[in-house]
Amino acid sequence: MIAYWMCFILFLVGLYGAITRRNLIKIAISLSIMEFSTFLFFAMIGYIDEGVAPIVDPADPVKVYVDPLPQALVLTAIVIGLATTAMLMAVIIRIYRKYGTFDIREIKNLRG
Amino acid sequence: MNPLIPLFVALPLAGAFLIMILGRFIKDFNKYFASLILLILFIFSIYSLITTGSKLSLYKVGGWEPVNGIPIGIYMVMDGFTVIVLCIINIVGFLSVFYSISYIKRFTAENYYYALFCLMVAGMNGVVLSGDLFNIFVFLEISVIGAYALVAFGVEKNELEATFKYQVLGGIASFIILFGIGLIYWKTKTLNIADIKAAMSSGYEKSYYLFVQILILSGFGLKAAIIPFHAWLPDAHSSAPSPISAMLSGVLIKAVGIYVIIRLFFNMFAITEGMSILITTLGALSMVIGVFLAIGQWDIKRLLAYHSISQMGYVVLSAGIGMILISRGEKPEVAALAIAGGVFHLINHAAFKGLLFLNAGAIEYSIGTRDLHEMGGLSKFMPATSATSFIASMSISGIPPFNGFFSKLIIIIAAIMARFYFLALLAVIVSIITLASFLKFQRYAFYNKTDTTNKRKIKEVPFPMVFSMVIMSILCVLLSLLVIPGIRESVLTPAIDILMDPSKYSSIITGN
Amino acid sequence: MTVIVKKTTQLIAGMVFMYGIYVIIHGHLTPGGGFAGGVILAGSFILLILAFGSDFVKLMKEETGSTLYENLAILIVLLLALSGLLLGTRIFFMNWMPKGTLGQLVSAGMLPLYNIFVGIEVAASILTIFLALVIFKEEMKE
Repeated sequence: MIAYWMCFILFLVGLYGAITRRNLIKIAISLSIMEFSTFLFFAMIGYIDEGVAPIVDPADPVKVYVDPLPQALVLTAIVIGLATTAMLMAVIIRIYRKYGTFDIREIKNLRG
Repeated sequence: MNPLIPLFVALPLAGAFLIMILGRFIKDFNKYFASLILLILFIFSIYSLITTGSKLSLYKVGGWEPVNGIPIGIYMVMDGFTVIVLCIINIVGFLSVFYSISYIKRFTAENYYYALFCLMVAGMNGVVLSGDLFNIFVFLEISVIGAYALVAFGVEKNELEATFKYQVLGGIASFIILFGIGLIYWKTKTLNIADIKAAMSSGYEKSYYLFVQILILSGFGLKAAIIPFHAWLPDAHSSAPSPISAMLSGVLIKAVGIYVIIRLFFNMFAITEGMSILITTLGALSMVIGVFLAIGQWDIKRLLAYHSISQMGYVVLSAGIGMILISRGEKPEVAALAIAGGVFHLINHAAFKGLLFLNAGAIEYSIGTRDLHEMGGLSKFMPATSATSFIASMSISGIPPFNGFFSKLIIIIAAIMARFYFLALLAVIVSIITLASFLKFQRYAFYNKTDTTNKRKIKEVPFPMVFSMVIMSILCVLLSLLVIPGIRESVLTPAIDILMDPSKYSSIITGN
Repeated sequence: MTVIVKKTTQLIAGMVFMYGIYVIIHGHLTPGGGFAGGVILAGSFILLILAFGSDFVKLMKEETGSTLYENLAILIVLLLALSGLLLGTRIFFMNWMPKGTLGQLVSAGMLPLYNIFVGIEVAASILTIFLALVIFKEEMKE
């Protein structure tokens, strides 16, 4: 039970970092921390007591397996997270070229 | 099983990648192919609207039948509410692509634009057609990554800052949604929406599900730009190129924001009074704060973006009134009227807000500025733009006989019949302030005589842009016909029935 | 890069490539499959570019090649998924090839085909991302 609470605390750490940090790269890293805590949470949900890895052995087909569905969901979500992070990095590089700084307090062209 | 359902997702995906390959070799292939694909989708969606009626089409991807009565596999569901939002997506998408045939000529990387546009449409079609929670998340991410790239299309300082804000807030929203989906899976061990409803009605722990509902409302509320989650919307919608603004503000915040909130809260969770009062409050706040922030704006696209927040507040307010009445268990016909007003306003807002953004793009194309101080007297030189803009402004302010009047009237009557007099008064006041704001827009842009306009040569915008704007304004006038009882029975009433009666939704899916 | 890095890369890159292909092809028997194998496959190409470096023109030509492979591979995946719709059983994404016996390499219908093409697609797209960021940095220096 304590492991699930640690996942949630890691999620909150990532959220705190995304809100309060000033450097653009640190905001991107905090978003990554948020997403990894969610993946940990998903992977921990599927555990059934005394289960083995869900690979079917042709010699011994009937056993207690852990739930394979959260593992498939986490694989898909990892790829989605990769795409999002790559997009964010490309935008950060272009912002650095236009504004010349990584500090988010300098990037305030749009107001109101 | 209806074979048309997976084609809504597969066809724009195939089109996006074909455009990337063949667009290098064949000149001008990308624009006509993208328009052709969206035209085919438009025809499919109108056909589905006519043939669906009140039945529910179910498509089991891969042919995986239920085992022991438990649905395994991915389900795609098309019912009355889905087919309305599908029509909106594909119609506004087709008109935006046709408009951008001549608008996008100023950028050089046209291949990427059309490919990302088709990808965004594929993602949105997937969100409204999916029948289980994780598929909603995957297609949401596909469409939103396309939107991030399209907002930053002309890579100047303003657009990059706008897309950075949009990406960070959208990313936080996506992970909050994923955490909520994980918490739901932990307790119910299934991901199908109908099956979760069945599992939730047996054992129900109130505080756990309250936490999950707040997470889901926050995540999708960030995507739908309800107050207090609206901070990314004015920058993103004003810095994007104009057809993308029309798509974002007219379709994306509805298909991935408001549609999912209404679907999950009516058909999946059991409605409690506390959540419905919270949703009504958020809707009322969005209405009021959006319009007060919009009055003082002098940039036309920022003005229109703030008005989007206000009009989405109307839809959330009416859904909230319906939820309060259902949770108290009194007056079901007033609840049905409120939800009908909300869905009708959703359709209308796509039409007139898309038209307003296309008009703003036409003004920017011919003059080159977006500031209201520097314009004036355009009605002589741009007759088509000024006529369609007049129709759209009258629609959004709620003047009869255009479509905005009827939907706002239904919402106000439902609020009065449910005895929420204060909310009805707020809706009327917000409508009057919207009228004031758009009269200012019309006067400064089109009817003000300044001497700077005579020094420049301003002519009407090219044919594809005029065609899109005229078709959308005809839609604005025709949509007011949805109140007539004959047409209303076949279009709006199936959507209301399936939302008001969640057991019908789940019994057909789990019974199959 | 120094001589040690270059020599080690020459020895290792081929083995990483073979390992990636092994993970992709055995996707229906052991953990892994399309995504993980594709990332390992891309890793071998990126290792070569990082160790030896390339000039700007060669990287641009490389990038057009990898974009083409990526789009082609995903079109073939979509075509395979639609083939269930067109031939025979009229269901999208259906696994209509014969299933075979449990535990063999050639079994489980269409799953190895999906794994191979998804693996090519993921490898090409990660290589494209890497090349796009490197090319932009080269452009920024000039």
